[in-house]
Amino acid sequence: MTKSRIEARFAALKAQDRAAFVAYVMAGDPDRATSLEILKGLPAAGADLIELGFPFSDPMAEGPPIQKAAQRALKDGMTLKGVLDLAAEFRQGDDATPLIMMGYLNPLVTWGFEAFAQAAAQAGIDGLIIVDCPPEEADPLADALDAADISLIRLATPTTDDKRLPVVLRRTSGFVYYVSVTGVTGAKEADAEAVRPAVARIRAASGLPVAVGFGIRTPERAGAIAQVADAAVVGSALVDEVAEALAMNEDVTGRVLSKVRALAEAVRRARTSLPA
Amino acid sequence: MNAPTPPATPNDFAAYPDAQGRFGQFGGRYVAETLMPLVLDLEAAYLATREDAAFQAELSGLLTHYVGRPSPLYFAERLTEHFGGAKIYFKREDLNHTGAHKINNCIGQILLARKMGKTRIIAETGAGQHGVATATVCARFGLPCVVYMGAVDVERQKPNVFRMNLLGAEVTPVTSGASTLKDAMNEALRDWVTNVEDTYYLIGSAAGPHPYPMMVRDFQAIMGREIRDQILEAEGRLPDAVVACVGGGSNAIGTFHPFLNDESVRIIGVEAAGDGMGTDRHAAAINGGRPGVLHGNKTYLLQDAEGQITEAHSISAGLDYPGIGPEHSWLHDVGRAQYLTATDIEALDAFKLCAELEGIIPALESSHAIARLPDIAREVGKGGVVVMNLSGRGDKDVATVADHLGRTI
Repeated sequence: MTKSRIEARFAALKAQDRAAFVAYVMAGDPDRATSLEILKGLPAAGADLIELGFPFSDPMAEGPPIQKAAQRALKDGMTLKGVLDLAAEFRQGDDATPLIMMGYLNPLVTWGFEAFAQAAAQAGIDGLIIVDCPPEEADPLADALDAADISLIRLATPTTDDKRLPVVLRRTSGFVYYVSVTGVTGAKEADAEAVRPAVARIRAASGLPVAVGFGIRTPERAGAIAQVADAAVVGSALVDEVAEALAMNEDVTGRVLSKVRALAEAVRRARTSLPA
Repeated sequence: MNAPTPPATPNDFAAYPDAQGRFGQFGGRYVAETLMPLVLDLEAAYLATREDAAFQAELSGLLTHYVGRPSPLYFAERLTEHFGGAKIYFKREDLNHTGAHKINNCIGQILLARKMGKTRIIAETGAGQHGVATATVCARFGLPCVVYMGAVDVERQKPNVFRMNLLGAEVTPVTSGASTLKDAMNEALRDWVTNVEDTYYLIGSAAGPHPYPMMVRDFQAIMGREIRDQILEAEGRLPDAVVACVGGGSNAIGTFHPFLNDESVRIIGVEAAGDGMGTDRHAAAINGGRPGVLHGNKTYLLQDAEGQITEAHSISAGLDYPGIGPEHSWLHDVGRAQYLTATDIEALDAFKLCAELEGIIPALESSHAIARLPDIAREVGKGGVVVMNLSGRGDKDVATVADHLGRTI
């Protein structure tokens, strides 16, 4: 019952009255061994959920940081099967932290939805976010994931009005990912006050936790978002640490996990600093 | 003198896409959620223009007086004689304003953008032809225009970059990926997802998310409708075959569509085979790819075993794209159209032959279609009629051709 990892984690955090910190890393970036080391270190550094990016040659919704991360991973030979192998190795040491794969549809089309979903479930994947698969196109993939007990996490955005929200939320489970800005990953900054009503609206309509991402780079911003949402997602700022560590010839894993610690700490502090 | 619209029967090839924007399994709307409301709005706005007499009148007036339509249907007498088979006719899209068929679609979409109240236009371009056509209509209607162009293409198509600048457009070189057309399209989509309120994305190919493949086809189908009328007048009958080169496939689908339900008319597209189909350096999505999802639609794509998109290669920058419009993928699968290939060398030979025998310098894109004409003319045979879309003029290609001939100009 893989779905229960997501539910269990959000239930536990709710009991602690705090938001989740979700860390996005690109599988295979900058190489397989380092990527596995980062992955294994994420929970202890404070990641409550992990988004595991799988690389695609043409990531049309990503800004330069994640584009480059995907290119590093592909250059090192990362494959979709390789991503599942990483997940399975991670699962040997951690059976509680939800693992959400995030990427684009074509590699899954190539594998075949049913076969991929079964393999992903075997590897311990809990959910999937597919950027270029809106609800209108999602049924074949959703059918395959349902059969494997994997959540298809849906994206809501600032352009999702009341008329469209039910379409977006149909067949969703796990949590809803709110894309807090119009734009690509890592480009604009999310405004917590603008995000607050959107999160409330989506939470009410879905009955699910709402994670916010696409515009969070700093601990301050993560803390502000954690006050209004059920989870704060950081991706570009983490893969930037990989790029910078490589450029400075520093310890990649150390830099990424240190950034994760700072962000997670800010998220943990966020609610208790609020007046009740 | 257009024929009445045929009834929608299961055998009606012209009745696609369906309400979900699908041509069989191909097409669809594979875009980020942020863009979904925009493509749905675009579809509604476009469908409304079909019934809008004022819109159609303005479109028609511009096509006549600004573009120069109808373009002639020209009997290529000396090539016909040279090939020794069916009579060859050229649809002279090279004579349009801006020198190619691209302007037909740009005029239609710029009117739509204005009607939708959009105030900023973005486009992608490979060789620069669609970029120039977009910059042209933006100048004509006083709208700011940003054209995304791969940095590699910016370097090899400098005259077109300058033309766009003269027309007031900002050309943004794209350095992500391999810095060519597919990367320019990624970057245009990234711009659109960022500027959702005011920006209209003017796609130049019959590709991308629904409604683009349908809409671009419809704006380009004026070519096929004119061919129908013109060939009936010239020959008193329909052609035995219509032929066009295919990259994304807008000139081809615009030529083919009005003939889809005429069983007697063979429909032939010609893909770019680059260095040859035995190599991995070509741009033939149907002949050398398999179905997948990219840039908002499901279609045949050049890709590796992992589903990563691979680079296309063609001497013709306008055909240098790893995908193809979804309607072509479907016409191929259902067997209504046939897709052949021509290599760089065959296209160059055809380019020279056309210049020497007809006094027409064709675009390298169109030269791919010319390259297959000898076989097609022979198969159709004497007494038959073949119409080929000469989709653009080759002035833009003279430097490339000189380079391949080892000449300096």
